[in-house]
Amino acid sequence: MDPMSLVTPAIGLMFWTCIIFTLLIVLLRKFAWKPILTAVDDRNEQINSALKAADKARLEIENLNNDNERILLEAKSERDQLLKEARDIKDNIINEAKEKASNEAENILNAAKSQIENEKMKAITELKNSVAVLSIDIAEKVLKNELKEKSNQEDFINSILKNSELN
Amino acid sequence: MLSALNIYLFLRHILAYILKMSNTRLKPLFTLLFLIGIIFHLKAESPSTSNNSDELYNPVPAIMHHISDSHEWHLWGEGEGSVSIPLPVILYTAGSLDIFMSSAFHHGKSNVKIEDREYSLDSHGHVFETSGLHPIDFSITKNVASMFLALIVMLLLFVLTGLKSKRNFGAPTGLASFIEPLVLFVRDDIIKPNIGSNYKKYLPYLLTLFFFILINNLLGLLPGAANVTGNIAITLVLSFITLIVTNISGNKSYWSHIFKPPGVPLALMPIMIPIEIVGIFTKPFALMIRLFANISAGHIIILSLISLIFMAQSGLGNAGAFGVAPVSVLFVLFMYLIEVLVAFLQAYIFTLLTSLFIGLATVEHH
Repeated sequence: MDPMSLVTPAIGLMFWTCIIFTLLIVLLRKFAWKPILTAVDDRNEQINSALKAADKARLEIENLNNDNERILLEAKSERDQLLKEARDIKDNIINEAKEKASNEAENILNAAKSQIENEKMKAITELKNSVAVLSIDIAEKVLKNELKEKSNQEDFINSILKNSELN
Repeated sequence: MLSALNIYLFLRHILAYILKMSNTRLKPLFTLLFLIGIIFHLKAESPSTSNNSDELYNPVPAIMHHISDSHEWHLWGEGEGSVSIPLPVILYTAGSLDIFMSSAFHHGKSNVKIEDREYSLDSHGHVFETSGLHPIDFSITKNVASMFLALIVMLLLFVLTGLKSKRNFGAPTGLASFIEPLVLFVRDDIIKPNIGSNYKKYLPYLLTLFFFILINNLLGLLPGAANVTGNIAITLVLSFITLIVTNISGNKSYWSHIFKPPGVPLALMPIMIPIEIVGIFTKPFALMIRLFANISAGHIIILSLISLIFMAQSGLGNAGAFGVAPVSVLFVLFMYLIEVLVAFLQAYIFTLLTSLFIGLATVEHH
């Protein structure tokens, strides 16, 4: 066989190669390369965005944790504050109550004392009055008794007159 | 060196996939293919003139027959006992189109007469017109049929992957998990780095180019297959498309480098400009020769190594054949693996250089 035939291109073969190659480019461009590369690129984008979203979520959770910690700390300090305030208030109330109670007790005591004094004075006055009335009564009775006799009456008047003349 | 690493990673990906497949469901298939391959080669190579034992077996006709195009798809056997698939012959002679099956020639023993035109096959398997007219041969030859087969294989592989990828929003599975990384490798490691930012409009062409060469290289390695990418007409068309695409994409600075090379003294212009113009054509010309020569050479080496057995038989008798056969088969096996590597490598290089030429023609100088 002629070796030159190896390096002599056949026209028919070139013609069919052009047809087949062009057909392949047209068909594969529409039905293979475009869908494959679009799918791969879309997938890449999806993966990237998913990774980004995961990163963001992690950051958010971290922030959330920090927030939680902060809130917890704040709550703790607030609770301490509240407890302290409550304790103070309690102490105050107790002290106040104590003071008030002692004041009241004193007042009551004083009032009772003065009342007792008043009652005493009243009783003494009444007693005095009663003694006076009693002594007048007694004196009346004694006088009545002594002045039952006519002679006694005259003596008594005389004595009084005598006393008056002297004055 | 980066591209060498890329090739390595790329081949490793393919090898890993093949190993995975061969370990599971495809193992019997691979073994069968390999056995069929050896049997095919041996049967196809069996010399027809074994009665003439004085003469040393000449392997050249059989080898040339294997790497040349043909009007029929020869499977096995010689002469009367040969089995081949007839293919349509399409001839355009003096304004009329004649179509008939190649089996009408009866392997060159009879002529085909249509109206007043009579066609015959010469000893090289070429069709000629007996009255001296020059028919233009548009036949579906073995190579054309093989390319149609490649077309079907490619459409099946890539359109199915496309359909699968379009529907699937998760990680790729099955066929897509094999094809997608290949497509991405071609795009991200061959096309993108060499063309630059405006690579998108060249993607369909370059991806098709890569896989057209790859699939045809691999189909050519199957037993009984055609030598498509080892045919100069096909590599000529592919490199001609490279030439056209490169020069159509060429920007101002590309053309000014050719017709007004910067930093060149005026006296040298008459030498430099023709050199630059020749350079436009030598680059795709080298592509054409490289692919054609690599694939043809691979086929020739494998066929020669097998022919060694028959040469030994014709020279030393059956004992010689049995002595040479194991060594020969081992070498063939080794070459076959090398050829698988070359199939990928040549597709890679052709696409890489085409991308590089386009990149050089479109690069913006500031």
